[in-house]
Amino acid sequence: MQIELRDHTSLLRAGMAPITAVFATLVICSALILWAGVPVLEAYALLFKGAFGSAFALKETFTRSIPLMLTGLAVAVAFRSKFYNIGAEGQLYAGALASVYFGTGLIDLPAFIMVPFLLLVGALAGGALLLVPVLLKTKLKVDEVVTTLLLNFVMLLMVSYLIEGPWRDPMAMGWPQTASIVDNGVLPALLAKGRLHAGLIVALLAAILVWAVMRFTVLGYEIKAVGFNAKAAEFSGINVNKTVIYTALISGGLAGIAGVSEVAGLKGYLTLDLSPGFGYTGVAVAMLARLHPLSVVPAALFLSAIYVGADSMSRAVNIPTYIADVLVGVSVLAILVCVMLTQYKIRFRS
Amino acid sequence: MSELIDILLTTGFWAATIRIVSPLVFGTLGELICERAGVLNLGIEGIMTVGAMSGWMWVYQGGDLWGGVLFAASMGALFGLLHATFTVHLCLSQHVTGIGITLFASSLSYFVYRMLLPSATTPPKIEPFQNYPIPFLSDIPMIGEALFTQTPLTYLAILCVPVVWYVLHRTPIGLAVRMAGENPVAVEAQGINVLSVRTGAVMVGSALMAVGGAFITMSWFDAFYFGMVNGRGWICVALVIFASWKPGKALLGALLFAGLEAMQVRAQLSSGAVIPYQFFLMLPYVMSILAMIVMARKAKYPQALLVPYRRGERV
Repeated sequence: MQIELRDHTSLLRAGMAPITAVFATLVICSALILWAGVPVLEAYALLFKGAFGSAFALKETFTRSIPLMLTGLAVAVAFRSKFYNIGAEGQLYAGALASVYFGTGLIDLPAFIMVPFLLLVGALAGGALLLVPVLLKTKLKVDEVVTTLLLNFVMLLMVSYLIEGPWRDPMAMGWPQTASIVDNGVLPALLAKGRLHAGLIVALLAAILVWAVMRFTVLGYEIKAVGFNAKAAEFSGINVNKTVIYTALISGGLAGIAGVSEVAGLKGYLTLDLSPGFGYTGVAVAMLARLHPLSVVPAALFLSAIYVGADSMSRAVNIPTYIADVLVGVSVLAILVCVMLTQYKIRFRS
Repeated sequence: MSELIDILLTTGFWAATIRIVSPLVFGTLGELICERAGVLNLGIEGIMTVGAMSGWMWVYQGGDLWGGVLFAASMGALFGLLHATFTVHLCLSQHVTGIGITLFASSLSYFVYRMLLPSATTPPKIEPFQNYPIPFLSDIPMIGEALFTQTPLTYLAILCVPVVWYVLHRTPIGLAVRMAGENPVAVEAQGINVLSVRTGAVMVGSALMAVGGAFITMSWFDAFYFGMVNGRGWICVALVIFASWKPGKALLGALLFAGLEAMQVRAQLSSGAVIPYQFFLMLPYVMSILAMIVMARKAKYPQALLVPYRRGERV
């Protein structure tokens, strides 16, 4: 078996990669559905219906996609410069902690300042948390994957400590949760009914902004250059370390905003189950989007649909909800292969 | 301070340390073998979960304990093959593939567990490995109870350290593995297939990781919980760097961490509510980061780690 670089990659082939990956994922996971004794097409139809079949389902899918868009963007930006930030989960919680610290009565500003302020402190907190791994990488060459992963566990324990200890809401009947965000700090609801909130607008704006930065600014160019070939970038006068640090700040900031949006938009207060692994799913989102900021939006919607749809599917037929996580994991592996096949061809010979 | 010394002097502390060290030793040795061949295996967290689930499930379905260990190992090797196919043969990003394998492997374990035990609310239990005191040696005061009154899987873990060292450093196969991670072109020049060597190393390493996971459910505890591996895989990755890719040092590093964990459980009990328990639980993760910082300047990474090998390509 030999791998050969293709002379050129046609646009059609590149565009087909994520679609092929999604299709392959659904086919591979149908084995598990068959094992559960459910007809495959019926199961996927139920999943589709659960995600898009009613106004309520649609709203849930969009609500769930908000944190995924933000963590997906966070991962996409970082991976573009080959800075492997797997710590979006921890940075999300850092952002959530910042929003709770400032947003539960410490200060109260008019809503049009308070909401942006909370988003800002959340972004700063997320960026600050990622500053540790990025400085370790740039100064000491410590692998960032392991440090960001380990910090996820540290952050989760930190949250656990704060909501059981000093930040626990005394009015919460003994539940480990913080006090609620003040009214002026709450991200307003977008629709009269349902849980969809202004976080969606924040996420969409973030996607456009990140795209613009990557497409039109010097920093964006440098991020891509460093990711493509760090040595060549260094040689052409780009300060690689500085670029990676800026990348990390943007990445951590985006994940931090995800935390603020979940607290101030959806839950209202902070608990330990704020994120069922949004940070990790962000990796899948970014990969499916091929690290393109605008493609993160449909990719996040797709994975969100899988989660929301799988919930309702598993209620209707007897399939464990973990099928959604399996689909996400398989999709990461499938997209890797599909993207590779756009650039390389495999030649078999004996 | 005197409390700490009291803890250090109890046999229970040392026995616990040796018990807790086992999964770390399996995992660290497994990762070490992969990385020595030039392949970073971030699937470790998921592969340990697979091992924990499959080994336990084998016994729960009526199999015997050693069969369970073997089953867990072969499941681990299978995921290792998947990782090797992607990273060694298709030359895909080792970082992203590893994370993908972890997501896939752990969610698949949970899915299979729920499929086979749909309505279990309290996790069912198995009869785990029992302590097997080694005759005579276990009669030595203190050391005997700590070192030689353990389950067979712990003995296996400790035994793996010299075996892995010997194979890596004293046999032709080990030389090929290490060369594949340092200078794959030289391996090819010897007429040895780099891709096969790397694939084999990743499969063996992954099998060891899975046995480490199986230890948690079959020897340490007797049931499978969700989130049971709880970052131990990532700690193993840090330990490999801490150990400079050497099996002996890996054991020392793992012992240090296990001692820390055994100590924090006891310190938690004795410190009462003065220091919140979460800070004790943070220790292993923080220590892992610190260990990587300490070793950062000295770390001698295998030269070809993370570098895919394409036959006939100019370097």
